[in-house]
Amino acid sequence: MSDVNDATTAKTAPTPDDGLKIADGPVLAADGTPLKKSLSRALRVQKLRALALVAPLLIFVLVTFIAPIADMLFRSVENEIVSETLPRTTDLLADWDAESGTPPGAPVFKALFKDIFEAQEAKLHTRLGSRLNYELTGVSSLFRKSGRKVEDMAEVYQDQFEKLDRFWKKGENWNTLMGSDAWNADMAGWDPKSDDKQPKFELRDGIDVFLPATSESFANYAKFTQVEDEDNLAKKDPWALVYSSLYDDLQRAEPVTFAGLKVAGAAELSEAASAVADFETVNFAEAFTKIDKDWQDVEVWRTIQAYSPRYTNGYFLNAIDMQKGADGPEMRPENQQIYLTLFWRTMVMSIVITVSCILLGYPVAWLLANLPARTANLLMILVLLPFWTSLLVRTSAWKVMLQHQGVVNETLVWLGIVATDDRLALINNQTGTIIAMTHILLPFMILPLYSVMATVPQTYLRAAKSLGATNWTAFWRVYFPQSVPGIGAGSILVFILSIGYYITPEIVGGTSGTFISNRIAYHISSSLNWGLGAALGAILLAAVLLLYYAYDKIVGIDNVKLGG
Amino acid sequence: MSKTVTDDGFVVFDRVQKSYDGETLVVKDLNLSIGKGEFLTMLGPSGSGKTTCLMMLAGFETATHGDILLDGKPINNISPHKRGIGMVFQNYALFPHMTIAENLAFPLEVRKMSKSDREAKVARALDMVQMGSFGGRRPAQLSGGQQQRVALSRALVFEPDLVLMDEPLGALDKQLREHMQFEIKHIADNLGITVVYVTHDQTEALTMSDRVAVFEDGRIQQLAPPDQLYEEPQNSFVAQFIGENNTLQGVVKEINKGIALVQLDDGSLIDAKPVNVSKPGERTQVSIRPERVEFDMSRLNEGAHTLKAEVLEFIYMGDIFRTRLRVAGNDNFIVKTRNAPDQVRLQPGQTVEIGWQAEDCRALDA
Amino acid sequence: MKLTKTLLATSALTVASGMAFADAHMANEMTIVSWGGAYSNSQQKAYNEPYAEKTGVKIINDESSADAVAKLRAMSEAGNVSWDVVDVTAADSFRLCDEGLAMEINFDEMLAKGDDGSSATDDFGGTLINDCFIPQIVFSTTFGYRTDMVGDTPPTSVCSIFDTEAYPGKRALEKRPIGNMEWALLCDGVEKEAIYDLLETPEGQQQALDKLATIKDDVIWWNAGADTPQLLADGEVVIGSTYNGRLFSVIEEQDQPVAMMWDGQMFDIDGWIIPAGLTDERKARALDYIMFATDTQRLADQAKYISYGPARASSAPLVGKHADLGIDMAQHMPTDPANATNVFNFNYEFWADYRDDIDAKFQAWLVQ
Repeated sequence: MSDVNDATTAKTAPTPDDGLKIADGPVLAADGTPLKKSLSRALRVQKLRALALVAPLLIFVLVTFIAPIADMLFRSVENEIVSETLPRTTDLLADWDAESGTPPGAPVFKALFKDIFEAQEAKLHTRLGSRLNYELTGVSSLFRKSGRKVEDMAEVYQDQFEKLDRFWKKGENWNTLMGSDAWNADMAGWDPKSDDKQPKFELRDGIDVFLPATSESFANYAKFTQVEDEDNLAKKDPWALVYSSLYDDLQRAEPVTFAGLKVAGAAELSEAASAVADFETVNFAEAFTKIDKDWQDVEVWRTIQAYSPRYTNGYFLNAIDMQKGADGPEMRPENQQIYLTLFWRTMVMSIVITVSCILLGYPVAWLLANLPARTANLLMILVLLPFWTSLLVRTSAWKVMLQHQGVVNETLVWLGIVATDDRLALINNQTGTIIAMTHILLPFMILPLYSVMATVPQTYLRAAKSLGATNWTAFWRVYFPQSVPGIGAGSILVFILSIGYYITPEIVGGTSGTFISNRIAYHISSSLNWGLGAALGAILLAAVLLLYYAYDKIVGIDNVKLGG
Repeated sequence: MSKTVTDDGFVVFDRVQKSYDGETLVVKDLNLSIGKGEFLTMLGPSGSGKTTCLMMLAGFETATHGDILLDGKPINNISPHKRGIGMVFQNYALFPHMTIAENLAFPLEVRKMSKSDREAKVARALDMVQMGSFGGRRPAQLSGGQQQRVALSRALVFEPDLVLMDEPLGALDKQLREHMQFEIKHIADNLGITVVYVTHDQTEALTMSDRVAVFEDGRIQQLAPPDQLYEEPQNSFVAQFIGENNTLQGVVKEINKGIALVQLDDGSLIDAKPVNVSKPGERTQVSIRPERVEFDMSRLNEGAHTLKAEVLEFIYMGDIFRTRLRVAGNDNFIVKTRNAPDQVRLQPGQTVEIGWQAEDCRALDA
Repeated sequence: MKLTKTLLATSALTVASGMAFADAHMANEMTIVSWGGAYSNSQQKAYNEPYAEKTGVKIINDESSADAVAKLRAMSEAGNVSWDVVDVTAADSFRLCDEGLAMEINFDEMLAKGDDGSSATDDFGGTLINDCFIPQIVFSTTFGYRTDMVGDTPPTSVCSIFDTEAYPGKRALEKRPIGNMEWALLCDGVEKEAIYDLLETPEGQQQALDKLATIKDDVIWWNAGADTPQLLADGEVVIGSTYNGRLFSVIEEQDQPVAMMWDGQMFDIDGWIIPAGLTDERKARALDYIMFATDTQRLADQAKYISYGPARASSAPLVGKHADLGIDMAQHMPTDPANATNVFNFNYEFWADYRDDIDAKFQAWLVQ
């Protein structure tokens, strides 16, 4: 007790009462700590316990719901693949003027050569081709073809160096020349069959002064071989690209002497340096044009340039039928416009489905809420019955019902209501989608309606009638307003579910009854254009949130009840 | 306490029967005539058929057989909203999405009354129940008692001749309930309306009504003004149901000069007034009110029979004493005595003699 | 890129938890992904059962081929590929190979020689269309028609689908441009050799769509291979395109009044890929399975159960009778000379380039 030390003048430890009496300074607990602190300490355990209880759900929601949505939103703008795969090219291309109408100059083609060479070693060039093919048709094969041929371009130099001196043929000579002495010693002592890791490649000190381009290419080669391929560097011969870089280094304007380089191979370097002047060279622009004349197409370069940034609005533009034109965003050609139509159609049809659900579900919910318990339970089972069968089965059943030779049409023909060659088109169009989806989503309308109606006593209707209201007035003025929260909840449920539906529209919607979700599904699972799928999804999400906000403003979200 | 009302047949139930399932009758052969301006209470335990009768009158249930007449006209086939009967429901049934004023204006609105008339009437009706300043509120913002007043004024605002009340005070606490009983009674008297009131609370029935119809098993067991009902129950159900009662079982020995000699099951003899026993040898249940039992034998008539009783419990209740006795094998025989200076306080275990005036003890059906 | 990966890794956690066992991959298990139904059944009989018997490897079947591309990409991004061998269409293999999701195959080294001694490359010949795809069967998208709805003049030409006067009624076509565009141009009088050159141009694409527009109101567009057989069986369409194996089953197994029309059939290939980045052990097992399942005899065996042609030339002479029906299967193969008088070979390179673009136009045209 006596060691309690605080700001008060009291000789003994303060009691809580004392604490309260102290005019200035914090209120203290019995042990002299500030009351707030001990309170929060006491509550911390409770808080932690509460947190531990919700933690599983929180983590579950984060992982399965929030993270995928965040990922989707991110994907809709993410575009790092272009600048990561073609770093040199995109750098240089930034200064190129697409308006000039001429393809970029030699340095860009040379950068492209290096980028594609490295990309094809890592097998990334076709992936980039697929990505850019979404924006410009033909890029996919352009990159595939070019990837196959860049090797040939570099081999022009490789062959000449190797012809000049057998020294250049051997991978180990390269390793000695480019690698540091310490690393070479480590490699010599490393047993590939052991579990030890392969010594990580190190550039020879100062070699990058003599051979800057070669050093870079060789380091990339070494790193890729060791890390990505997990191959033994000692057993490998360098990429053809390294030879082309060596040529570049030796070809520099002022002659370089390699006298200062104290390493095996210096002599060969000097020999090569004096020989390169007579080397056959490659004109990269021409070489690429020979692979495919599209490399002279300004459109290709403009597309690469437009998609160089790490983030792009291209997917979003695409998602609203626009594209990146020469002068900023512009509408797509009319024969490619589809998404706005589909967004609009999705909204309109979802509203129609929601309204149909209200019209059909309201009387059923009314019955459920007002019938004797036994009958109501039976009816409730009938309402829930659809949930027991798979969605596909239900939708396919509608096919049997609605098709030309289907049950509905056969019945109508039999009854003589429609002529046999004038059967109703009830499926593979909007009607089919509306009918099938209304049926499938009906329980989501009936259940909230029912749970709200069950809380509205019959007495209100009796009261209204006793006050002189007709059946209709009593319903419309007294009962209906009280069931509106149920309609609100049911409508939100049905509407949000229906704008996201794609299986049913896909099966019964034909061409006029499909939704935006069908396109999203196509891009996710078939075209693999996840960025566009994500952008479409993000727009849909935004539309839902906007509608939700509007609903809150107009009706008030308090007016939504799922029960009691 | 009850005013005299001429039974002019304003409301008539004529041999009315009701069955829900086609097998059992909920209301059996009901005949009832209610006078204009009368306050009639239908009293009975739950399931006795009283609410069904009310609902048939309101038009929410149809009579299976028989006629219901309002002001001389049969109303069986008139839909509820055309009957012009005001009604107050058990849980008030105030429309939660409307304000109080809108609730009151509702019956006027459906009668196509002009807006200014409506407002005037609504204001008057609210003032009548001292709720004038609550017009803009919603029902959920009011207390139970306030809602009850609003419900009452809503049932009255369109000036019906007949108002039905279905256990309107059931949800209120005791004090408020007592207060509201008087208020409803006063308003009904002032307006001169006819009220049919349903309750299972006998105190309520006795306090408010001109006449009370006691329901049991789908029949009216007794229809009488409150005092008569209490003092002269016609059968053992009514005697049991209304007020507190001591009952003893026995057989009629003889009936002489309007006094029946009853031999109780333990052999002792008592005097009783024969109500629905007619000849010796019949089994009977005699019933006597706790406040009519005497400890002082000097106050009894000459030759009156008395009984021995053992005191089981003595409870001090302030204004009265409540003594529980064992009488002729009945352990639950209650005697209430006024807390007067000379009144003895009995001790449990004590044996006393008790007796009563023959006319206070009613020999009823067994 | 880091953020994407982190996000994906977390969201993949849930998926991964479900696959935890799959990932553990007990020494003697492999997951084979295929299409389900009669097709998987034929593989089960011809490859999986003999292989399991021979090696004792337990084979887990997964019927995810329809979503294989997307699922494989998701698994690869999450760093947890639980599949060992995946059956995909040639077109899908292009995407998987381009995306680096499928392993590159050294055909002569990793596949069995033909039983006539020819190298794998020679034996598979033209069916080797990219570096990752191990061909298995040749199938075709072709036509079936209702024999009772065409009168006395059954259709003999692919252009019958555009002839609504001679063949009134609905027709079923796949809801994608591939195939339909080629047929449209062919029936619009374009020389077969010139079709793809023309389809590269916007004008050619528009011409094809315009031709399709003449029957747009009469077409029911299908998504699943089972749709057309059902529509034919129900009498909803008079003629429709679908995979030849589906039609075989409707005609020979279900005995419906339906007949084949092989004219203009579109040859396509189905085969295996091995996901990229498997551990050495799993890769070795997958390759061992592939070596077994794509040898001459095994491919010929599959034709006993389904009317798809083996991708190896050396298997063709070994094709025998149907295992249950006892029908000689050779004449039901799309590759049978009598059937293959007028065929299109799926132009994979072309469609890999133009699929996104033409599909966008095709879908926009459908929606209009």
